[in-house]
Amino acid sequence: MSNTAFGTANEDNANLSKSDSKAVRRRSLALLGSLIRPVRLRFWLTIATVVLSQAARVAGPALIAFGIDHALPALRAGNSLPLVLAGVAYLIAALAAAGLTALYVTSTAALSQAMLLDLRLWVFRHTQRLSLEFHEKYTSGRIIARQTSDLEALRELLDSGVSSLASGLLFMLFTAVTVFALDWRSGLVVLAAAVPMFFLARWYQKHSQMAFRQSRVVSARLIVHFIETMTGIRAVKAFRKERENAGRYGELAEDYRRATVRSINLNGVFQPGLVLIGNVCVAAVLLFGGFRVLTGDLAVGVLLALMLSTKRFFQPVDQMAMFYNSFQSAQAALEKVSGLLEEVPTVRPPRNAVELRDARGAVEFRNVEFRYGTGPLIIPTLNLAIPAGQTVALVGQTGAGKSTLAKLIARFYDVSAGSVMLDGVDVRQLATADLRRNIVMVTQEAFLFSGSVADNIALGRPEAPREEIEAAAKAVGAHEFIMELPEGYDTDVNKRGGRVSAGQRQLISFARAFLARPAVLILDEATSSLDIPSERLVQSGLAGLLRGTDGTGPAADSPAADGTSRRTARTALIIAHRLSTVETADRVLVVHDGQVVEDGTPDELIGGNGRFARLHSAWKDSLV
Amino acid sequence: MAKQSSFFRSVSRLYPHVKPVLPRLFLGLLSALLASVVALAIPQVLRGLINDSLGPGATVEAVWGSAGLILALGVAEAVLVALRRTFVINPATTVETRMRVSLYGHLQDLPVSFHDRWGSGQLLSRAMTDLNFIRRWMAFGAIMLVVTTLTVVIGVIVMFTMSWQLALIFLAAAGPVMVYGFRFRTRFSKVARRSQDQAGDLATTVEESVHGIRVLKAFGRSREALETFNGQAEELRQTEIAKARHQAVFSMVVTLLPELALGAGLVTGIMLAASGQLSIGSLVAFFATAAVIAAPVEFSGMLLAMALTAKTALDRHFEVMDSQNTITGPADPRRPADVKGALSFNNVTFAFDDAPDKPVLEDVRLDICPGETMALVGITGSGKSALLQLVPRLYDVTAGSIELDGVDLREFSVEELRTLVAVAFEDTTLFSSSVRDNVLLGVVSEDTDTREKILAEALDTAQAHFAYSLPEGLDTLIGEEGLSLSGGQRQRLALARAIAAAPAVLVLDDPLSALDVNTEELVENRLREVLAGTTTLIVAHRPSTVALADRVALLEDGHIAAVGTHAELLAGNGHYRHVIASLETEPRDLDSELSALDDAEEVSR
Repeated sequence: MSNTAFGTANEDNANLSKSDSKAVRRRSLALLGSLIRPVRLRFWLTIATVVLSQAARVAGPALIAFGIDHALPALRAGNSLPLVLAGVAYLIAALAAAGLTALYVTSTAALSQAMLLDLRLWVFRHTQRLSLEFHEKYTSGRIIARQTSDLEALRELLDSGVSSLASGLLFMLFTAVTVFALDWRSGLVVLAAAVPMFFLARWYQKHSQMAFRQSRVVSARLIVHFIETMTGIRAVKAFRKERENAGRYGELAEDYRRATVRSINLNGVFQPGLVLIGNVCVAAVLLFGGFRVLTGDLAVGVLLALMLSTKRFFQPVDQMAMFYNSFQSAQAALEKVSGLLEEVPTVRPPRNAVELRDARGAVEFRNVEFRYGTGPLIIPTLNLAIPAGQTVALVGQTGAGKSTLAKLIARFYDVSAGSVMLDGVDVRQLATADLRRNIVMVTQEAFLFSGSVADNIALGRPEAPREEIEAAAKAVGAHEFIMELPEGYDTDVNKRGGRVSAGQRQLISFARAFLARPAVLILDEATSSLDIPSERLVQSGLAGLLRGTDGTGPAADSPAADGTSRRTARTALIIAHRLSTVETADRVLVVHDGQVVEDGTPDELIGGNGRFARLHSAWKDSLV
Repeated sequence: MAKQSSFFRSVSRLYPHVKPVLPRLFLGLLSALLASVVALAIPQVLRGLINDSLGPGATVEAVWGSAGLILALGVAEAVLVALRRTFVINPATTVETRMRVSLYGHLQDLPVSFHDRWGSGQLLSRAMTDLNFIRRWMAFGAIMLVVTTLTVVIGVIVMFTMSWQLALIFLAAAGPVMVYGFRFRTRFSKVARRSQDQAGDLATTVEESVHGIRVLKAFGRSREALETFNGQAEELRQTEIAKARHQAVFSMVVTLLPELALGAGLVTGIMLAASGQLSIGSLVAFFATAAVIAAPVEFSGMLLAMALTAKTALDRHFEVMDSQNTITGPADPRRPADVKGALSFNNVTFAFDDAPDKPVLEDVRLDICPGETMALVGITGSGKSALLQLVPRLYDVTAGSIELDGVDLREFSVEELRTLVAVAFEDTTLFSSSVRDNVLLGVVSEDTDTREKILAEALDTAQAHFAYSLPEGLDTLIGEEGLSLSGGQRQRLALARAIAAAPAVLVLDDPLSALDVNTEELVENRLREVLAGTTTLIVAHRPSTVALADRVALLEDGHIAAVGTHAELLAGNGHYRHVIASLETEPRDLDSELSALDDAEEVSR
């Protein structure tokens, strides 16, 4: 962690210091290596196919030469066997070349797709694992940029580069051998061309690395802006932000264009540069050989062969330049991807998890302290015990720390000191599956995924049959409006539930929680967008759920699904600013500055003269 | 053949974009052609030079001359290669960028109903991957396709001059290759299209998995999300492999048939030569030419695949560009001489495009006087939010009309209308910029002092004083890329934004839902002053919000069931009591609460 470019920090900077640059480069290459490792057999097989297909292709001209040099005279002499041989051999070579070409095209695709799939899943899994703290900073646009345009760069490398590199190198090797065999002095001249090529490649590497990094940074910015506009399109339109956005996007697109042109132009120097060096070398060999022909050291025929071989030697240089170009591009992309993968989730599953299948639901805060990162202390030492089955309302002003307490129980964040316990087990000791089965949190923002309404409810318990999904919807009073939708439970909620109102979204997300039947249910302002009748339905449904007798809601006339009666009561932590919600609680906690300042039953607190009593009278006033 | 014209039709749609840069693209093509001619010439020249000038008795000058010539040709080749890039890169990237910007502009223009249907990942893949590909095809694929085709055509003509019999044999292979090429084209296009669409869907899934990360974490459903993603990624992989398989078969055909023809040509040629019908020189020259065009012929498989992919990418691009924006202003927009803010709904019916038989609003009639605050009350799903969105024309009415000061909303210019109407939605989208910029988004005034004053007032009214104590005060970056705020904080900023715009009509969708009681009361007290002179339509779920309003409209199943003051409706309307009556009056134990609910439902029927 010593360098400043660890993880995604400093990600937007294309001009890295030397040591940072080295570090991210190494990280990127390591990622590439670990992607190749599982498919290395296929990798070598693909290369072998490429080489063989090249060999089959080279056989063609050789057979033609054989035909003209040997079969023709033989035929004239009345012997048609060599001609038949040549014909058959040519046929075989053609078949082999064609077959191997087809094989290596599919094999390359299989290889590259296997690696891409691997990396896609890896990135996806990792981003899911990363804590909310990370996501709140990083933005979805960036993750999408990593998953789309960065992976696209890798794909280009894999699809085009590897095979051309292998065949090119081999071709050069063979031709070099030919040149040396013909005349080793000329061979040395050809080898000498490697020196300027090396320096050109060095120059290119240095500059293109920066250019490609820049291009990655700018393209990510472009994507972030694009995604933000498209997901917030209603607000964009309502406030006529279109023109401003178009200006900004135009700038970013132009930046991206410039970065692209810059990298292409570098390649535009590099590739012709290599061609030039090759051609100069051909001229040098000619000059060198020509003089020796004059002195009689070299036969003219040898010189001709030498020249043609030298010229051929530099043919694959074009392809190599292309490969190096996509390699640099992919490496810059993998620098970013590997940075994302390097991020460590701050909330990690335990190594040796304590098993807790069905918790009773007793929650305890023991000497809990909390701060975001190194920020100020938000929750100073807190001790609190919530027995199983209790319904607790958290009350307090916006920013008092109610949500933070809830997030600590749900382990969206980890405590800075002390511990949060479920049934006496530290939540950090629970396997993710156990934790999430036992504790479920419903937040104010009810996100819907594309798919049907039923799919969205089923998120609470994917294995639940349709009857239970409908029972859950009935229990929270969502059944009616769902049946009103064009295709009932199978209606596609479209993009972000565009056509389902906020209240309906909250009902669906409530049904989710209902279906999940956790031991501890946390509701963070989960009813704020509901109208009073809906809230009433939700509350009666909730009361049933919390008592452990599901399906007592007025709309839920179907019998509760079995397997639910095992549990008696559930623990609930409700954050709400509605009196109606608070009054149904067994216990009210008034939170102020991260501390519990009042604790008691609603009646006790109303009777007192603390904050809650004042709040209560304010509530009363607000109810005309 | 209809399919073929569709390829050219798709590509020809690029023409208007490409037209201004056509000369440069042509120069690029010319450079590429010349470069390949030079590359092909060098070996011939070498042969000539060595055989003629460097033969016995050659001079030192001849050596220098030859080397100089080769060097000149070599430099020419490199320069031409560089020139091709120089000519093409700027135009191609400019076209790409222009198309990208116009796509973005068009997407911003398209109505919300379009965005309801299209995932942003799908749109993103069009804006990035597809356009990148089109650029690469313009700068490389298309040019190389022309160069390759020309090389092959010229090569075949040269072959004919050497031996028409052999050339005919070679040409015979072209027939099946072309026939197969057509079949390949339809199949490959289909798969290429599928893979592009699947890649777009995959991006959408990524986007949702990140935006919905809280839900996924809260329910511990990362594994299921991963499975879905895995399924999609696996499908994409299969498609890509199917694509490669088509390409492989085509490359095989394209390699095999010419090679077989050459094999047959070899046998025939030798027999012809043996019988004296063909000179050995011609035979050698024929195969030398065949060797030259072998590489371009094989290359054609890849180039064709690239052209077809570019074609489907273009189709995808124009699919979005062809979507019509249905919400536009008229050519000569009207506006009332004096905007007072009288809003009237005349027999408004509204249904979503894809569910025309299930109207959300039906025959809504409602008049709101200038300066009046009208609360909109109704149970979840009664159509309140839909009604609100009609006012700034985020959606258009299906039938009937909405008028502002007697002018149909559709007769305003859209921009003008949205200046007159400001909204605060429940899902409070804040943009990635400073608090200041977010709140002042709808403010027309350019004057700094005025803006600052408006900002301070709006923040004060919305009780968003917390903004001053953010790390960098009002310049703190918020939104997705900035500091994350709580729901209540976001809601207050969104409210401040709507107020700051000082609109003629204010549309608020339950703007106080996330606020605690104290704050809500403070906001309401201040809001009352602001609303006094502004026509306001406010969705209310609670009596406290209703208290802000002069009158209340009760929405029931998409109809306006009643309009009146809170007290009137409370006294005379059972459904209204059911919707708005506080729980406070309800008994607290559950059984009696149930029976009370049943009663309420009876009343509502």
